[in-house]
Amino acid sequence: MLRYTLKRLLSLFISLAIASLLIFAVIEVAPGDPASFMLGINAQEDTLAALRVELGIDQPKWQRYLSWVGGMVQGDFGTSYQYRTPVAEMIADRLWVSLPLALYALTLSTIIAFPAGIYAASRRGKAGDVGVMGATQVGIAIPNFWFAMMLVLIFAINLRWFSAGGFAGWDKGVFAAMKSLTLPAIALALPQAAILARVMRSSLLDVLDEDFMRTARAKGLSRGAALRRHGLRNAMIPVLTILGLQFSFLLAGGIIIEQVFYLPGLGRLIFQSISARDLIVVESVTMLLVFAVITVNFLVDLAYAAVDPRLRART
Amino acid sequence: MNRALILGGALSALMVIAALLSFVWTPFDHGAMNIPDKLQTPNSTHWFGTDHFGRDMLSMIMVGARTSIAVACVAVGIGIGLGVPLGLWAAARQGGWVDEVIMRGNDLIFAFPSLVIAILITAVFGAGAINAIIAIGIFNIPVFARVTRGGALPLWAREFILAARVAGKGAARISIEHILPNIANLLIVQATIQFSLGILAEAALSYVGLGAQPPTPSWGRMLADAQTLVSIAPHMALVPGMAIILTVLGLNLLGDGLRDALDPKLRVARI
Amino acid sequence: MSLLSINGLSLSIAGAPILRDVSLSLASREVVAVTGESGSGKSMTALAVMQLLPARSEATGAITLDGHEMLELDEATLCTLRGDLAGMVFQEPMTALNPVQTIGAQVSETVRLHRPDLNPQSRAREVLDRVGLESIPLSRYPHELSGGQRQRVVIAIAIACGPKLLIADEPTTALDVTTQAQILTLLKRLAAEDGMGLLMITHDLAVVAEMADRIVVMRHGEVVEAGDTPALLADPQHPYTQALLAASNHRVDLPGGAEQAPLLRVQNVVRDYTLPRTKLFVPAGTHRAVDNVSFDIKRGERLGLVGESGCGKSTLTRAILGLEPVQDGSITLDGTPVTDPSVRRKMQVVFQDPYGSFNPRHQVARLITEPFHLLDSPPRDHDVRIESALTDVGLSPDDAQKYPHQFSGGQRQRLAIARALMIRPELVIFDEAVSALDVSVRAQILDLIAELCRQYDLTYLFISHDLSVVRTITDRVMVMQKGRIVEAGQTEAVFSDPQHPYTRQLIDAAPQLPLHETTRARSLP
Repeated sequence: MLRYTLKRLLSLFISLAIASLLIFAVIEVAPGDPASFMLGINAQEDTLAALRVELGIDQPKWQRYLSWVGGMVQGDFGTSYQYRTPVAEMIADRLWVSLPLALYALTLSTIIAFPAGIYAASRRGKAGDVGVMGATQVGIAIPNFWFAMMLVLIFAINLRWFSAGGFAGWDKGVFAAMKSLTLPAIALALPQAAILARVMRSSLLDVLDEDFMRTARAKGLSRGAALRRHGLRNAMIPVLTILGLQFSFLLAGGIIIEQVFYLPGLGRLIFQSISARDLIVVESVTMLLVFAVITVNFLVDLAYAAVDPRLRART
Repeated sequence: MNRALILGGALSALMVIAALLSFVWTPFDHGAMNIPDKLQTPNSTHWFGTDHFGRDMLSMIMVGARTSIAVACVAVGIGIGLGVPLGLWAAARQGGWVDEVIMRGNDLIFAFPSLVIAILITAVFGAGAINAIIAIGIFNIPVFARVTRGGALPLWAREFILAARVAGKGAARISIEHILPNIANLLIVQATIQFSLGILAEAALSYVGLGAQPPTPSWGRMLADAQTLVSIAPHMALVPGMAIILTVLGLNLLGDGLRDALDPKLRVARI
Repeated sequence: MSLLSINGLSLSIAGAPILRDVSLSLASREVVAVTGESGSGKSMTALAVMQLLPARSEATGAITLDGHEMLELDEATLCTLRGDLAGMVFQEPMTALNPVQTIGAQVSETVRLHRPDLNPQSRAREVLDRVGLESIPLSRYPHELSGGQRQRVVIAIAIACGPKLLIADEPTTALDVTTQAQILTLLKRLAAEDGMGLLMITHDLAVVAEMADRIVVMRHGEVVEAGDTPALLADPQHPYTQALLAASNHRVDLPGGAEQAPLLRVQNVVRDYTLPRTKLFVPAGTHRAVDNVSFDIKRGERLGLVGESGCGKSTLTRAILGLEPVQDGSITLDGTPVTDPSVRRKMQVVFQDPYGSFNPRHQVARLITEPFHLLDSPPRDHDVRIESALTDVGLSPDDAQKYPHQFSGGQRQRLAIARALMIRPELVIFDEAVSALDVSVRAQILDLIAELCRQYDLTYLFISHDLSVVRTITDRVMVMQKGRIVEAGQTEAVFSDPQHPYTRQLIDAAPQLPLHETTRARSLP
């Protein structure tokens, strides 16, 4: 198990290193000089030069890459070109919106998808199965930002149960904050729940056909008991993969949903920074998201090993 | 008979026909503004109503279908064109360094949240349909590479491949002659799925202003226009929304239907 | 009073008839074998007793197990009977256990379900000891055990609650011959010690000839004959039983082979595989799959290679075919290394799996002419060759336009032979070529090979785990164990007077049908 963890950890660091290089390279080739963008076209050459020194963009590329990565390791994400404030500070505020939103949506998606998938698998081919599968088929086809608009129309504008947008802030209490995240979380979660339910169902059906399920039934376990005791854990292996992918999707998908609900999250930050050509912020936020995704994949790998003893042995 | 296939095929065909028809005919000029007629709900003149500039929504949907289909088509093409050869190559060199490099590269692309990178690319290189296509297409490459390799690996262990090797055929020839036809089903099904994902991704990018730029109409931007007006003109959001949902639903049903229809095991059972 | 009696059982799945009017009975302490070829319905009969039939099955008739009418009981009652009154052992030990649970948990679960009075852990230990797994801790996972050990765990699960009936569905088919002998002995011992009735399902009559009290022969979902083992084997009444027995003991008539100069020379061949690294800073270990193997095949000779799974025979085969690099030694055909492309046209192969050896999307004409690729230019009499090849293997020239799925397993194996002979190779390799076939089909294919020997002066290497087949189809035989050839010699001499202890062990373990004059004289209908 330790060896497996170390090996995964090594590949985690390699992925992070390559990812940071790629992001840095993309930002590097971006046209435009941040200094002249910040100061406008009428800036004096010596002020520009001074600003470049201040921003550190006069140094050779490799040095800037190293100081960027070195800074991030210590929690220093650089200074925003636009606001001249530490990027870390800007990110920290926004993270407290985006991360809870993603987790909220992931929880909702799981709560909906697991029972739906298990129910459909247990009713294979019957009306219940066909109904659930039809609903998921539609659920997958719905763009989440459109669904978000419909939720706003129904629950905020017509029924007035929720506000149409904005974030109450955690200082107004957990309930108020969660309430303002509820519609966005539902909008994010439903299409994902549809995918997860389908994976849960097909993975369970695959397991039901396995020989060891027949062994379990021959022991005297009922169909349901065999499914619970022997089927679920084996079926969880593909489901875990999808859960890992979904977390990254929810984190990124949040970027668009934040636009719909005017939530001050990482997504808003990215868009604001893009339009202001505040590339250091774009770079750092992207790296942070990639870091989150790679870390989640690492955790999923560890979860695999916890579920499947064969993996622990192989490496 | 396969109901998913028929329904999915019909919905997909409807969208393709609408897109093709828009080249020669639309009810109105999709770009013509007519402020007096703005925000009409669907009626006998404007079947899908008009937007805040009085443009005919049906005409915009038809021309927008063109954008969606073109972006998704080229993005899937990029995925197949690069992903399938890479996957075949990796499978032919299973366990070797080529396989390792290709698959690790794939994992790396998967590690990036696709939407974030698409946004990054369009942000850095400028918004527009071409960059949207590239951004979506890049993420199709590992998908097809993985599906191809996954389908090809068990085939390489099959005895008919060994027989072909005994007959002196090289890896490239075996890949094209024996492997590719036997994974074509898988690829077709995957292509329909990626196609529908491409349409969703294009809509999302256009919605945030990073996809096709005005005056090219696109469903995503129609939704962006609708957002502030949703309370007074819900049809502006409903119409493009339904267009996206029906197209994606149609493609997914088509994929499911094709998988059932093309599965050789099922076909043999039916004979 | 019988423990189990099946009366007039008919079964259909999704409307397709599977069993028709099957009746059989089994008393306590009795061993009854149900035998038949694939599609005979023998496994479905076993599953019907446990009421573990696939979805959309409909059964009529009666199955009475220890006074319980199994067809009339509700699911909850059946659950209390399964595992308690009757236990079941399955064919595939590699997949019959839950991969993510320890064997201790899986054995004790049965105890927990039916015997709350017992301590599940200590009972599990006790039962695992009884099936010969004294040294295996309860905390092991299935993947850490060998196939034979896993089958012992499955047996432990089945007998944990002391059932009155044990059903074993092809319990040894997936196992090597020495392991098979051990598992059969174990089953027999357990049944005798616990006074269980044992219902054995098997396709191999020889397996049950020594242990069954009675044999039931099935075909196409019907019982064709049933009787006491010695009587049934000595004097089968039904023509199908007679044919089945004849096929199981089938001897082919091999023409004399002219021995000349060596055709294939294998000299000191070594093949190592690199094992996955287990420690980061220790060099990866190697597994020697083929260890210093040398032999010759003379022109016109029929050489056999026997050994159990993992002994290196597949690796050796692939090395001879030039598909696998070797670390040391040389393999030459007519003096040229087999890795040379010019040698490829002189060698062809017939594989085991009749379903996997053809590209399902190509027509027969294209499939069997694939070796033409090895020639500089395809022969001009292309169509004539296809026709004669198909006729030679007992198929019709019209079959050239068909697809593989339109043929049965035996016919596909004929196609595979046609493909191998298409370019008149000097050496043919039969890699477990008849192992996946039913006995009657196997007998026909063996006859075909003998016939082709006459026609084509074949030289071949026949690789098999099945000793009885190798004995009849080869002139000389080699025995392989752990990558080494431990014994080689004239086939009859090796079989009648084995020198190496491993050879002796193999021959003793191989199940044998007692030979009766009646069955020998008759041939297949």
